[in-house]
Amino acid sequence: MTEHVSIRLASERVNHCVSSSNDTPRFYTPGEVISGMQDFMRGHGTYVEEDCLKSSVAGVMQKVNKLICVRPLKSRYVGEIGDVVVGRVLEVQQKRWKVETNSRLDSVLQLSSVNLPGGELRRRSAEDEQMMRKHLKEGDLISAEVQSVFTDGSLSLHTRSLKYGKLAQGVLVKVFPSLIKRRKNHFHNLPCGVSMIIGNNGFIWISPKPQGMMVDGNEDEIINYEMQPVDSTDREIIARLKNCIAALVASKMMLDDTSIMFAFEESLKYEEVKELLDPEAMLDIAFLTQHRLNNIMEE
Amino acid sequence: MPGPDLLSSQGLRLDGRRPNELRRIRCKLGVFTQPDGSAYLEQGNTKVLAAVYGPHQASKSKRSETVVVNCQYSMATFSTGERKNRPRGDRKSQEMSLHLRQALTAAIKTELYPRSQIDIYIEVLQADGGAYCASVNAATLALVDAGVPLRAYVCACTASMAWQDGDPAPLLDVGHVEEAAGGVVLTVASLPSTGSIALMEMSHRLHSDYFESVLSRAMQGCRDIEVNIT
Repeated sequence: MTEHVSIRLASERVNHCVSSSNDTPRFYTPGEVISGMQDFMRGHGTYVEEDCLKSSVAGVMQKVNKLICVRPLKSRYVGEIGDVVVGRVLEVQQKRWKVETNSRLDSVLQLSSVNLPGGELRRRSAEDEQMMRKHLKEGDLISAEVQSVFTDGSLSLHTRSLKYGKLAQGVLVKVFPSLIKRRKNHFHNLPCGVSMIIGNNGFIWISPKPQGMMVDGNEDEIINYEMQPVDSTDREIIARLKNCIAALVASKMMLDDTSIMFAFEESLKYEEVKELLDPEAMLDIAFLTQHRLNNIMEE
Repeated sequence: MPGPDLLSSQGLRLDGRRPNELRRIRCKLGVFTQPDGSAYLEQGNTKVLAAVYGPHQASKSKRSETVVVNCQYSMATFSTGERKNRPRGDRKSQEMSLHLRQALTAAIKTELYPRSQIDIYIEVLQADGGAYCASVNAATLALVDAGVPLRAYVCACTASMAWQDGDPAPLLDVGHVEEAAGGVVLTVASLPSTGSIALMEMSHRLHSDYFESVLSRAMQGCRDIEVNIT
C-alpha cells in the first residue's frame, strides 16, 4: 500500500474563517438581560423573569416593532408552511407515514396528501391503505412541502405535485438548517448536468438529471429510471458538488444555488475531486466563493 | 482539628494556586459535526467532551408533557492514573448521570418541548479532580451550542477546607491530589445569574460553622466559571 495519507497536528489546523463583513451583530447568551420589561413583547428564544426580558438561547436579537426574538445560531429545523424539505421515511402507520426531517418531532405525511400513481383524483380506498408500503417504505427518501405546522411544532407534509415524491438515485448531504438560505425556488437544475434539491431543513439532495422525463407516468418506466446506471462523469460531478458544499459549510457560509455553483466553478482548478477534502483547498474555495459573492453584491 | 496540610506557609496550594484561584479553563464549541451541539472543556488537567443530540422525538414509552433529559456519563479507560476498563453501567457513572440530569434539567426550559427528548453524552478524557464540575460546565456549553433554550448557564464548582495558622481557609476548585488527601469536598451546581442551587453534594462531614464559608466560596467559583465560559 502506497496510499498518500496526511495526518496533521492539531496546531496545524486550518482556521476556516471567511468573514463577509467586519461588523458582527450583538450576541446574546442564555440568561442575559435584553431589556427591562417596559412594553416589549416576548418572542421565541426569550423569557420573562423578575420584570426583565432575558434571552434563553445564544444568538442574535431580532426586533419587529415591539416583538423581540432571539434566533439561535444553530438549532433543529423549525418548519414554516411552504418550505421544501427532504426527509426519510421512518415508519408506515395507518393512513400516514412518519418522516424524519431533522425537526424536533417527527413529521407526518398523510395518505390523503400524496399523489397516488395513476394520477386521477379519487377517494383513498382500503386497498390504497394496504398498498402504502409499496408506495413508500421505511428508509425511502422523499422530497415534500410543509403543509401545516401543528401546535406542538411537528410538521404535516404533502407531496401533491409532480416535483415532490420519492427520490431515487443520488447523494444526501446533511448540513445545519441555519446555513440554508431561503429562496423562492429550492429545486435547481445546475448547468453542470445534475439536479439539486436544497431542503430548508438542511438536507441537500444531489442527483443526476433525469433524461427524457418519464413517459405518461408509466409505472414500469419510473422503475427502470430508478435502476439506470449513472455514468462516471456524473458521479464525479456529484462528488465534487458534495465536497464543495462541505467546504462552504466548514467556513459557515450560507448555501444557495449561486454560492454552490460559484464554489463548483472555483473547484474546477483542482483536477481530482479528492483534493477538495484537503483543508487548505476547502478554505481556498470558500474564500474565492465569498469574493465572487461580494463582487455580485457590489454590482 | 487541623486537617491535612493543604496550604503552605506562604498560603499557596499544592499546585501553586492561591486558595481562591480556579484552574485554567479552556473550552471549544462545535467540536463534532454529527451531534446537534458539542463542546470540549479543560479545567486544569481535567478534560471532558460533551455531545448533545436533540430535542428529538421521544420513544413511545417515555413521552411526557415536558422534555425528557437523558444523560450518559462515561470515563475513558485511560482517564485516570490506573488504567481500568469501566463498563458504562457501573454504579459510579450511573450516579454521575443522575446528578448531571438533575443539574441540567434545572436549567433547560423543559416545558417548551412536549413529547421530545434531549440526549447528553459526556466522556471524561482525563480525570484530575472535579470531573463532575467539568462535565456540567461542558454539558452547558454543548446545550448552548445546540440552541436548546436555557434559563441560565448552569455552572458547577467544588470547594474544600484547609487550615492556615489555625484559621479556616476554604479552597476553590479542588484538584485530584487535594481530593485524595482526604479533606471534605463540597460540590455545588448552580445557576449563578439567579443565585439558585441546582445540586449540592458533600463528601465528608464538615462542622456547620464552616459550611457557610465553604459554600460561598464554591458559589463564587461558579460565578467565576460563568464569567469564563460566556
